[in-house]
Amino acid sequence: MGISRTNNHTSPVTTAKPIQKSTRENHHGPSEGLPEEPLVVIEPNKAWSALDLRDIWGFRELLYFLIWRDIKVRYKQTELGVAWAIIQPLFTMVIFTLFFGRLAGVPSDNVPYPIFAFAGLMAWTFFANAITTSGNSLVGSAHLITKVYFPRMIIPGAAVAAGLVDFAIAFVILVLLMIYYGIGFTLNMLMFPVLLVLTTLLALGMGMWMSALNVKYRDVRFALPFVVQLWMYISPVIYPASFLPAKFRWLLSLNPMTGIIEGYRSSLFGHPFNWIDLAVSVVITFGLLIYSSYAFRRMEKNFADII
Amino acid sequence: MKPIVRAITLGKQYTIGTREAAYDTLRESIAQAVRAPLERLRGRNGKRTVDTIWALKDASFDVTPGEVVGIIGRNGAGKSTLLKVLSRITEPTTGRAELYGRVASLLEVGTGFHPELTGRENIYLNGAILGMKKTEIDSKFDQIVDFSELERFLDTPVKRYSSGMYMRLAFAVAAHLEPEILVVDEVLAVGDAQFQKKCLGKMSDVATEGRTVLFVSHNMSAVKTLCKRTIWVDEGEIKQIGETRQVVLDFVRSASQSVVEQNWQDPENAPGNERIKIHAARLRSLCEDGGAEVSIETPFQLEFEFWNYSCDRKVNFTMHLFTAEGAYVFATSSKVGPRQHGLIKEVVKIPPNFLNDGIYTASIQVVEDAASVYMHPQILNFEVHDAERAGGYWFGKWPGIVRPRLEWESQGLIRPEGP
Repeated sequence: MGISRTNNHTSPVTTAKPIQKSTRENHHGPSEGLPEEPLVVIEPNKAWSALDLRDIWGFRELLYFLIWRDIKVRYKQTELGVAWAIIQPLFTMVIFTLFFGRLAGVPSDNVPYPIFAFAGLMAWTFFANAITTSGNSLVGSAHLITKVYFPRMIIPGAAVAAGLVDFAIAFVILVLLMIYYGIGFTLNMLMFPVLLVLTTLLALGMGMWMSALNVKYRDVRFALPFVVQLWMYISPVIYPASFLPAKFRWLLSLNPMTGIIEGYRSSLFGHPFNWIDLAVSVVITFGLLIYSSYAFRRMEKNFADII
Repeated sequence: MKPIVRAITLGKQYTIGTREAAYDTLRESIAQAVRAPLERLRGRNGKRTVDTIWALKDASFDVTPGEVVGIIGRNGAGKSTLLKVLSRITEPTTGRAELYGRVASLLEVGTGFHPELTGRENIYLNGAILGMKKTEIDSKFDQIVDFSELERFLDTPVKRYSSGMYMRLAFAVAAHLEPEILVVDEVLAVGDAQFQKKCLGKMSDVATEGRTVLFVSHNMSAVKTLCKRTIWVDEGEIKQIGETRQVVLDFVRSASQSVVEQNWQDPENAPGNERIKIHAARLRSLCEDGGAEVSIETPFQLEFEFWNYSCDRKVNFTMHLFTAEGAYVFATSSKVGPRQHGLIKEVVKIPPNFLNDGIYTASIQVVEDAASVYMHPQILNFEVHDAERAGGYWFGKWPGIVRPRLEWESQGLIRPEGP
């Protein structure tokens, strides 16, 4: 039968063992042997329990369907459809260029301000939308949470992943802008996918944490847009990190989005990377991811009761 | 035989405050954190007010593979909590359950349907939410569509469906789940008669295919038809587990809030006036056992006994019948005429196949010389149970207040169809 043993004695804190693949495919009748060990053990969870990645892997198709749903539904019954994913960053860029680039004369690290702003906006918009939608995702899925089991992390995860489609569309515009401004290919661009993964993980860490808090404290719903807005002003989106006086430069580095946004620009425009800022981002990202996944596990057992 | 589901002293405790309050806010939490030590200083905590309830307590049972087990109980008895614990939606506070098979729960049909998506898209989404693999949905897609009878509307957004169509699609997906253990909550109460028939047919197929089913229902006739064994949950505890017929019978007896007999031994305190007082009122079934259990097929009578102190006036008695919801069913009067002095008895017979199933309230009125002299409201309260329905899979609530069995005849062909 190929059922791996669940060994409850060695890991007493792990509950709700995932369903083994082999039994899903075998529809054995009632008289045929049942597995020796239970496929699922339901018992009260101890305070901190291990992250059950195997369980999440067992539900990967659901993750895929939820991402697909979010993407499919996003622009339904809109006249302009996916064009919104182009209009939003493009117009924001135009406004920023007029006000910050022209009127305020914000420097842009020797690249034309429009593409400088667009690169920052692309990364920032993805991040901001990802944490906002995933922060509200659990509460918005109350009907699922109270009616059916699946690893709850899939919900904020799907919300973050669905944002990647808008990012991809923005990326196409960026490529066109780069061609227009005659910015050539550099080896730095190889860092782009790494930065994208880092942004996604940071958004996932924030999103999971916020979504779980939101189940208990609906304050999150009001606080989040506000925090996101403030966060943008302390991130080098409309201005370069070099815009700040050297004295305060280190403060900006504490923001994990500083390393990431500046990193995108370095990778696109061939500027040297600020490895210290990037290292700070990596450390904060993974620290947050680990903390929030454990915090999520701790809070998720009450979701169905209090949502 | 080795069980496929084993529950060992499962318990679930809810904090009433958390459950009732819409949601906490940070401010409340902070305020509470500040208040709690102060209240302890003032000694308020000494009282130890209980603000938790056990929605489920010490539930232990085994289910053998292939068994269809009914779960019954009053509203709020803990049936749904038990299902939620077994389907891993909520965690138990105590105890443990072991499941030796793939479990799917159906606490609602159409979970996760998205109104903007088409029927086709929702089949995939809903299937995935219920735990089906994409390949599994692919291979069953045509069957699901056939079952739903919605081929023409597959590419229409579900928000434009009628509620009946919505239910049909939802149940069609659910009906094609193939878990080893199926946990089902009251999902049969939806849809029209024809569709219910289909659903129950599918349910009995599932049962005969050897799948293990845990089935919560308020519908005793569905439970009796589908389940061999039944668990009765009452106030969070398992009150009885056993053969369905017996458990259902005991449950029905206990659950009815019936007043099927009232007695006043002492004329001094008996209701009435100086000329007539009520001594007793009771319901008696006219079946062999003569008890107070009444189904729609049982003839029964309501008996009223009075102390009559006046024999010179024309008296009659009127029984008024109401449904539990307060609908006036009918009034019926006894013969008019003088009654003898002493203890008298008046009986009204209710024929079988007349009242629908439901709870009824009877009032008795005394009329003397065409004037009402005394009225005793709600003197009896009784429930008419649904009988087992012969042939057919429809277990929905029969509509209407009365449910007469009237004569129908098929008078055959009047004009043959043809050229």
